[in-house]
Amino acid sequence: MTTNVSVTVNGERYDVPDVEPRMLLSDFLRDRLGLTGTHVGCEHGVCGACTILVNGDSVRSCLMLAVQSNGKEIVTVEGLGSPEHLNELQAQFREHHGLQCGFCTPGMLMTGEDLLRKYPLATDEDIREGLSGNLCRCTGYQNIVAAIRSAAAKRSEKAS
Amino acid sequence: MNSDRRAGPSDVLRPRNVGAPIKRTEDPRLLTGNGEYTADRKPDRPLHLAFLRSGQPHARIARIDTAAAQAAPGVSAVLTAEDIADDFKPVIPFSRMPSYYATPIVPLASGKVRYVGEAVVAVVATSRYLAEDALELIDVEYEPLGAISRAESAVVDDAPLLHEAAGTNVLIAREFKKGDVAADLKAAAVRVGGRFEMTRKAPLAMEPRSYTAEYDKRRDAITLYTSSNIPGIVRDAVSESLDLPGHRLRVVAPDVGGSFGSKGSLYPEELLICITARKLRRSVKWTADRLEDVSSSSQAFAEVVDAEMGFDKNGVATSLQADVIGDVGAYSIYPWTCGLEPVQVVSFLPGPYKIGSYRGAVRGVATCKPPTGPYRGVGRPIATFVAERLMDLGARALGIDPLEIRRRNLVRAEEFPYRIASGIIWDKTGFIECLEAAAEAAGYDQLRREQAEARNQGRLFGIGIASYAELTGIGSRIAVAPGMPINTGSETAKITIDSTGAITAAFGVASHGQGLETTLAQIVADDLGARFEDVRVIQGDSDEVPMSTGTYASRSAVLGGGAAKHAAKILQEKIQRVASHLLEANADDIEVTDGKAIVLGTDRMVTFKQIAKAVYSDMKTLPVDARDELSATYTYDPINGTTAAATHIAAVEIDPATCFVQILKFVVAEDCGRIINPMIVDGQVHGGVAQGIGAALLEELIYDEDGQLLTASLVDYVIPSAPEVPVMNVVHVESESAVTGGFRGMGEGGTIGAPAAIANAIADALSPLNIDISILPMTPERVFQLMEKAKPKSKGNADE
Repeated sequence: MTTNVSVTVNGERYDVPDVEPRMLLSDFLRDRLGLTGTHVGCEHGVCGACTILVNGDSVRSCLMLAVQSNGKEIVTVEGLGSPEHLNELQAQFREHHGLQCGFCTPGMLMTGEDLLRKYPLATDEDIREGLSGNLCRCTGYQNIVAAIRSAAAKRSEKAS
Repeated sequence: MNSDRRAGPSDVLRPRNVGAPIKRTEDPRLLTGNGEYTADRKPDRPLHLAFLRSGQPHARIARIDTAAAQAAPGVSAVLTAEDIADDFKPVIPFSRMPSYYATPIVPLASGKVRYVGEAVVAVVATSRYLAEDALELIDVEYEPLGAISRAESAVVDDAPLLHEAAGTNVLIAREFKKGDVAADLKAAAVRVGGRFEMTRKAPLAMEPRSYTAEYDKRRDAITLYTSSNIPGIVRDAVSESLDLPGHRLRVVAPDVGGSFGSKGSLYPEELLICITARKLRRSVKWTADRLEDVSSSSQAFAEVVDAEMGFDKNGVATSLQADVIGDVGAYSIYPWTCGLEPVQVVSFLPGPYKIGSYRGAVRGVATCKPPTGPYRGVGRPIATFVAERLMDLGARALGIDPLEIRRRNLVRAEEFPYRIASGIIWDKTGFIECLEAAAEAAGYDQLRREQAEARNQGRLFGIGIASYAELTGIGSRIAVAPGMPINTGSETAKITIDSTGAITAAFGVASHGQGLETTLAQIVADDLGARFEDVRVIQGDSDEVPMSTGTYASRSAVLGGGAAKHAAKILQEKIQRVASHLLEANADDIEVTDGKAIVLGTDRMVTFKQIAKAVYSDMKTLPVDARDELSATYTYDPINGTTAAATHIAAVEIDPATCFVQILKFVVAEDCGRIINPMIVDGQVHGGVAQGIGAALLEELIYDEDGQLLTASLVDYVIPSAPEVPVMNVVHVESESAVTGGFRGMGEGGTIGAPAAIANAIADALSPLNIDISILPMTPERVFQLMEKAKPKSKGNADE
């Protein structure tokens, strides 16, 4: 009662045999592909720590089964930047101290990437509303909002 | 030896790391998915644990049938209390406190269960999925013994006993007294009081508790990776319990996803995973799911306080008395005991105020709930809530402005050191300075004018002030928890320059988000004379220093920072001595800066790398007796500790339709002494205030009469998300403390001040309706009930 899953993660193609239909996508990424940057905080879709991009949309990987990702394109936090070369959003998180323990951070970054691509984020209220599905217990959100605002400003500078 | 370094011209230009908003060393790995939290460990062919937990609040375990589970696919072992009885000694959360009963801590429930969520059976299997499958096949027969769901019902005569050997459900009782409270209250011009309650909370770190025991069969040794903020305490306790010496038991707290206290005690699962690894001679992993984490990690607060304060006609508080009953849950925790939270309420109740006479009595009562333990602020959030409510009630009764009444009661600059009525001594701290700075930053007078305008429009607009003081960086003279035998008063730094010239600084502290790899490197860099980026800080690893405890009680900047400064100084003197040989100069004339030793006023210099080569590798450069290993270890003990203080001011508006409290403005003026990294200090305040907002408005663990947790998911236990948290304005009053480095601890304060400030603001907003605030959280439902109750008699006022 197992199946193969073929999926592209961070540009790399994986063909994984023997995947149980009940396996969560979050567990698949962490335990089968070894991509432990995606964190599991609640397994009921509330905390947002496990957020990834599936075909360009932010998704909670704890609410999706691994078999549902078959044939899809996934981006996880490992696909954004490297410790030596942070991407713009990661760099702004560092600049503005938008992380403390770092556990919610991968989910914040993936949600942030989705927001930056899809919404104008004209005000801080827009950013806060967009982040309302991602819980952080350390920062009080203020510096996360500042980091995303700054990344948005930098992107619109580049675009103009 | 002359330790007074001569000031040279380069002192002015010397780059100072301490005080600068240096970007964190931790961030690149954490931002890219390269952090390593305990659940990310990948030992060779690990086994996975899953726990069958009690669904009963209080019951005798009559029979456990594990046969079917043992035969299930992938299962290696099924363990009950009986199976592991010979593998450990119970851990006793000892205390010298009189009238205290230490409940033994065991890995799996033995004989009976005492709360819903207590671990009863452990299944070990090749995957977590298979282990959880097998849990379903276990049959446990319970004989119910009667739930104790509230502290008040635990102390009635015919209440069932949770721990028969204790002979009572009152696990701890204490009383503090100074002066004649009864007489002073009688003589008071005004007496205010009430029954206050802070409900039960979950610290709720985003990373659930997680343990990985990695077994080395070549020498029967275990490395326990643990999501703990006290790896040193865990090492010592597990070593004692399992009779495994420290060189065969290493405890590492790798990247830890927050704690706030919930990962600051020894857990039964930590014992069990080590027992299992040793028994099966395999590495074993376990990570709590959110339900397990909420229902078995230590919980917080849960106190009811009957308190009364007396004032003279000028608004000076003369007397205070309080009776506290704390619902401490089913067990006392290690090492802090069940006294930690409730006793701290009465210890800190007089706060930063000069109250003449005091009586504070506390009882910690066992109930069928998970134990309470440390949570950011410990005891002081409710102490401050009660004292600050009383201060506002007094101000109102006397017609004095809330800001002014605090001016009249706070300990003033010339009065330090000051012993408050409960016996705690405050060292010189900017109490009044924080009050005035917060009032100025909030635009207090303008806020009052806005309030008057809002009231004219019939809006419910309120302003609340809260001042508090806390003891941080506590040294060996005071036990962090009352009567506790563990030394929490010292901290070791070991700084080494190796044969390549690289600098490593090892500490026993254990960062779980505070950025200690950055801040401690800032201190080492300055005091050693190194470049910040050249200093590597190791922390959270029991193998790195002989004795350690961890990070808790706002201690790491004070104790770790103090140890760092002393060790760096010793090592710098060694560098000066070697450099004096190499540069043929007097050691006193050598300045160490930027990773180099320079003869003052010349361009003659050697780098750390050259110095290391001379000491370790060259056989001819130095005389034998000058080849002194380039390392220094210092254990620092501040003896007493140091005070930290703040004033919080909140402005809120309540929507009469939804009863939702909106925070319009939040200002914190805090004194944490010399600031190491202002960016990190602000971040700590923001996070603490957000948790305080949760405690004030949203968060509540609700247990029903049968001891069942009704708020066991993140849908039902609501913590603040981004839209609920306002922009916070943080102002710093840097009055230097007397400890080494002048630092004060500041990790907890945000959570101490915020609930009280918000409670006072809500009470102020609702004062036209004559509504008082005496319980937190003020959820929309509670606000609604209060407004409904107030309606008939105050309708006329509200419609003005």
